[in-house]
Amino acid sequence: MADVAVHHDLAGEFEPSLFGAYSKKIGMWLFLASDSLTFGALLFAYSYGRISNPAWPTPFAKESILNATIMTACLLSSSLTMVLGVLASHRGDKGAVRNWLLATMFFGSAFIVLHGMEWTKLIAEGMTPFTNPWAPGVPQFGGTFFTLTGMHMLHVTIGVIYLGVVALRKKFLPILLVLWLAGYLLIPSTSVFHYGIHVLLLGAIVSAMIMFLHPKDYDSHDVEVSGLYWHFVDLVWMFIFPLVYLMSTKIV
Amino acid sequence: MHNIAHTDEGKGQYFWVWGALLFLTAVEVVLAYEQVLTPLHMLEVLMVLSVVKAALIIAYFMHLKFEVPIMRFLLMASIVICLCLMCIFFADAARILSLGVR
Repeated sequence: MADVAVHHDLAGEFEPSLFGAYSKKIGMWLFLASDSLTFGALLFAYSYGRISNPAWPTPFAKESILNATIMTACLLSSSLTMVLGVLASHRGDKGAVRNWLLATMFFGSAFIVLHGMEWTKLIAEGMTPFTNPWAPGVPQFGGTFFTLTGMHMLHVTIGVIYLGVVALRKKFLPILLVLWLAGYLLIPSTSVFHYGIHVLLLGAIVSAMIMFLHPKDYDSHDVEVSGLYWHFVDLVWMFIFPLVYLMSTKIV
Repeated sequence: MHNIAHTDEGKGQYFWVWGALLFLTAVEVVLAYEQVLTPLHMLEVLMVLSVVKAALIIAYFMHLKFEVPIMRFLLMASIVICLCLMCIFFADAARILSLGVR
């Protein structure tokens, strides 16, 4: 062992931790810093395209704005349940932690379902990543919309799977697989979920690899770190919602 | 395991923050729905409100307000500076408008 030659005052203690925080938290903050730049670049590209195209379409009518507002409320409520779960983990109340994390997953899943329904509606109206029916001279509208919201929805989905692993551990794997199979068999091909459901299979495979190769009991630090990721996902939506939806309301 | 940052107050503040976030969202939606502002002013107001909401989430939900000052400064300064650097290229977007490209 490398520490045999070094004398310590206390067994196992090296230099003080960075910022007085444990390394898992610092690691998650570093990841979130880099991910915020990813979303920043995507939002910049969207804004650049929008400024340089005065004919940018504004197709989101009352129903879309109402749907997006409910989605925002779901994410904000999920952040509240997440932070209450973190508080419960500090108290050592494992049952409450599991329940708050499940509540967070419920709100996150509601967000994904509502968002998928919105996507399905827009695709049915003729919108693709390369064209849109409202402004044929502005093909970037579809590309920027689907990239921004798709990247965000992917982060939310990964977050829900992450929280499921922390809350339920190996018991979550059969749930994920059953959901994937049921979705694959029952969802019609006209819905985006018919293809998007495969993310659950991928998540199940990755989660299984992590849980079987590195089995551990997830403690309050793991809950707190998963909370940081979840709040980041909410934070990004605080910018996507006004810039993409509220700036593109249908002018009657 | 203990960290040297001081602890937060309890769960009441989180409900207040949640309420404030919902209220600010409602303000944004009403402004968008009523369309009382020009698009430029609408953008300015939405960005200010979004930054306020982001600050509330980062400070309270992500607990950064209760971390040590150097951590708060390093994280926020680095991310904000990098994001603001991108804004230099908005001038190019505005330039394209005057080129007459259809």
